Amino acid sequence: MATITELEVGRVVGAPLDRKEDAALLTGQAKFVDDMSLPGMVWMAVVRSPYAHARIAMVNVDGALAHRGVIAAFSGDELADEWQASLPCAWLPTEDTAQPNHRPLAVDEARYVGDGVAVVIAESRSEARDAAELVQIDYDPLPTVIDAEKALEDGSPLVHEEFGTNRCYTWNLATGEVDEEFAKADVTVKERYRQQRLIPNAIEPRGVIVQPFPATGELTMWSSTQVPHIARVTLSMVTGVPEAKLRVVAPAVGGGFGSKLNVYAEEALALVLARRLGRPIKWIEQRSEGYQSTTHGRDQIQEIELAATSEGKIRAVRAKLTVNFGAYLQLVTAGTPLLGAWLYSGAYDVAAYDFECTGVFTNTTPTDAYRGAGRPEATYAIERAVDALARKLGKDPLEIRRLNFLREFPATIASGLTVDSGDYDAHLDAALEILDHDDIRRQQSERRERGDTKQVGIGFSTYLEMCGLAPSRVLGAIRYGAGGWDAATIRFLPTGTVQVLIGTSPHGQSHVTTFSQIVAERLGIPYDDVEVLHGDTAVAPLGMDTYGSRSLTVGGVAAYHAAERIIDKARKIAAHQLEVGEDELEYENGTFSGNGNSLTTKELALQAWTAHNLPDGMEPGLEASFVYDPPNFSWPSGTHIAVVEVDTETGDVDLIRYVAVDDVGSVINPRVVEGQIHGGVAQGIAQALWEEAVYDEDGNLVTGSMMNYMVPSAAELPSYELGRTETPSPTNPLGVKGVGETGTIASTAAVMNAVVDALVPFGVTDLDMPATPERVWRALEEART
Amino acid sequence: MLALSFSLCRKELAVGQVSITVNGAEHILELEPRELLVYVLRERLGLTGTNVGCDTSSCGACTVLLDGESVKSCTLLGVQVDGHEITTIEGLATNGTMHPVQEAFHEQHGLQCGYCTPGFIMAAVSLLDETPNPSEEEIRHALEGNLCRCTGYQNIVRAVQAAAGVEV
Ligand code: FES
Ligand code: FES
Repeated sequence: MATITELEVGRVVGAPLDRKEDAALLTGQAKFVDDMSLPGMVWMAVVRSPYAHARIAMVNVDGALAHRGVIAAFSGDELADEWQASLPCAWLPTEDTAQPNHRPLAVDEARYVGDGVAVVIAESRSEARDAAELVQIDYDPLPTVIDAEKALEDGSPLVHEEFGTNRCYTWNLATGEVDEEFAKADVTVKERYRQQRLIPNAIEPRGVIVQPFPATGELTMWSSTQVPHIARVTLSMVTGVPEAKLRVVAPAVGGGFGSKLNVYAEEALALVLARRLGRPIKWIEQRSEGYQSTTHGRDQIQEIELAATSEGKIRAVRAKLTVNFGAYLQLVTAGTPLLGAWLYSGAYDVAAYDFECTGVFTNTTPTDAYRGAGRPEATYAIERAVDALARKLGKDPLEIRRLNFLREFPATIASGLTVDSGDYDAHLDAALEILDHDDIRRQQSERRERGDTKQVGIGFSTYLEMCGLAPSRVLGAIRYGAGGWDAATIRFLPTGTVQVLIGTSPHGQSHVTTFSQIVAERLGIPYDDVEVLHGDTAVAPLGMDTYGSRSLTVGGVAAYHAAERIIDKARKIAAHQLEVGEDELEYENGTFSGNGNSLTTKELALQAWTAHNLPDGMEPGLEASFVYDPPNFSWPSGTHIAVVEVDTETGDVDLIRYVAVDDVGSVINPRVVEGQIHGGVAQGIAQALWEEAVYDEDGNLVTGSMMNYMVPSAAELPSYELGRTETPSPTNPLGVKGVGETGTIASTAAVMNAVVDALVPFGVTDLDMPATPERVWRALEEART
Repeated sequence: MLALSFSLCRKELAVGQVSITVNGAEHILELEPRELLVYVLRERLGLTGTNVGCDTSSCGACTVLLDGESVKSCTLLGVQVDGHEITTIEGLATNGTMHPVQEAFHEQHGLQCGYCTPGFIMAAVSLLDETPNPSEEEIRHALEGNLCRCTGYQNIVRAVQAAAGVEV
């Protein structure tokens, strides 16, 4: 790998530089929340409902209070007055969206296994946990409903009695003459898929510490969160702590994948109890506890219909979702499926479009964003449906894809948004070349002919993704509660090193490295002279945090523009001191030259600080901020190909190859991009083949720990074969499109299409995820009989 | 009275002294019988580089070396390692120079959030000690007890190969 000393200044963007984040993480010096403790700190434990639905008849905390080390214990009732507002739900997609009052501790009724009912504060971790078991609670169990479709049936038990229904909302998006297209279509396909529920499993569990400053009313919260800025705004509303007195810090954060894109009960509890008791409070989630109390992902029933001509030209798409929201609306529960709402026509040029989503309450842990959030679901549905169409027409699935690709950019897609740029044939061609498609097809037909017990399947996913959340106006139009901008401040210090304060909040995505590259290149200074500071509302007060592959496409672009402002100001100082016109100055790699003289940005930083010789009226200092609101989403695309070997006797699926060619626009650090794709692909493969959160009828989470929820290890996953094509995004000056979710978005469809491709000769085309040996074997058995 | 019974109760729980050598330094500790090694390291000795990712011995984030061999420190009680030597991630570098496995994780981009990383590195050190030239297959199987949610494992495998001297 190239090191900085081999690189010329000004050749930093695009280079696979070593990560600045690594040193602390590799040596055990990084500080995650659980690594911190404060003088006088006490521990919090939450008592959770073992019932999926029950009236809370009585809570008695006396037993806990009598336990050694216990300082305080409260029922939900006793804390009810602390809450100024419900835990936040930032997205209510329709005017009539049912929003339950979500208190940090349940009062009267518990609505899922894991719902917090009481809280205990003690001197130590173990005392708090032990005492939590001594809280006495009488429950009157109530009827439960776990399945979203059943929850919509008449007479279903109601999760929230007050709404008279379990329907949270129904949301529509329709364009073009959908019914006409279906009426006149040569061929239609109608498919039904299940997006099983997933548990995100960031390897660092959640945790929070709150330090109160009673004399001033200030509070500082360290939380394992993706969203310190959003947490500050919303927790201020929930707890009544004035926003100006609340500081939120996301220290080192061990992964999130959407599960930490939230504002949780434990954060609110720790805040109000630290305020009440005047002592620092710490809570660290246990993994099995987190399986119940940290949001889950997916859990949708998808119905998708295509109307097409006999050649295979898709004319219209209809998609209908029924989404299990669980018991409450967490931060973006209600909006998550809608992030895919525009993408059910995939990378294809379609005339008419109809999307409908119904969100449903059940007695389960709330669902919310999980890597890709809405877009993996959309890609899965359209990519599987395209294969179904190809089968119906007896055509090659690649022929259908090529026939329908969007080709002219910017392209307005059926759902009404505009795709910035792309070349879908290019990544498909590149992927086929890596695969050696003809050779694999030959192997497949040989095995078919000789009736091998191990059949080969090849699956494609030519996906289109929309990310870079998001133009604020668009977010407003779809009733999201905040903007989609992000912010950066660049501060050139007098001795020539630079601080970059960013509003995004990384937890594995390498922002320190990537943003350093952008700023070092623009300012013409060494990569190592740039320090990137993040995740602390006191250091970088403006920000919208990290999710939805937005950090580079929004925050990175903000950093780029802030650097431009630095250059603009430095140019003015240089022109003044070199006595030339601004437009006579040349700028290259950190040096302004003109009139036979030159000044570097570093020298100008010192000049700006001494302020001895600045143009009249100019403010001293070389510092600039920029808040960037993107004009459009960004639109990565790509081709992923999975090759599987399916044992038709045991149902075992072996993923033998995985090819991914992605177009994520311009690339700042190819090594980082590759890593993001690897990780995303692994998560999608895991959904396709192994992972599933299962509840029993009574609402107990059967897959209640890491022992019985299958997070894959290195032994299960293959090596991925990556390629890259590049169509820079024309809507931002870096040309970037975002890469955090592409792998997850593309991969479930590729893998499942491959499994089905292997099984088609046996008459199996209807198969849901995860394609476990048992499920595949049963499908084969059913087809045989 | 209260204070007295409190300290008596403490006494009952204590098992007396335990001597553990951690990263070359000997520690004499009074441990409660139920204290897990991982919390002895993290909370008694302040060695917070060893992480906790689960409560079912599934994730391997807590992996350390016990007399040179990798173990999950959440599966051992502090009292069980009396008289033994423990190496944690903090003890791997020598004189400020990173261990070749640490270097290889850095060079091969074998970490993203880094939470699983100390565990993986300790597991890899132990693997390479026993099997200096493992195949890709052997590496993948040897690391089965460690979970990473960020990297998809490919660069972790590459890092171990690189540390073993394989051209990657
Ligand atoms: S903490 Fe997960 S195995 Fe030890
Ligand atoms: S790097 Fe994040 S869990 Fe492995």
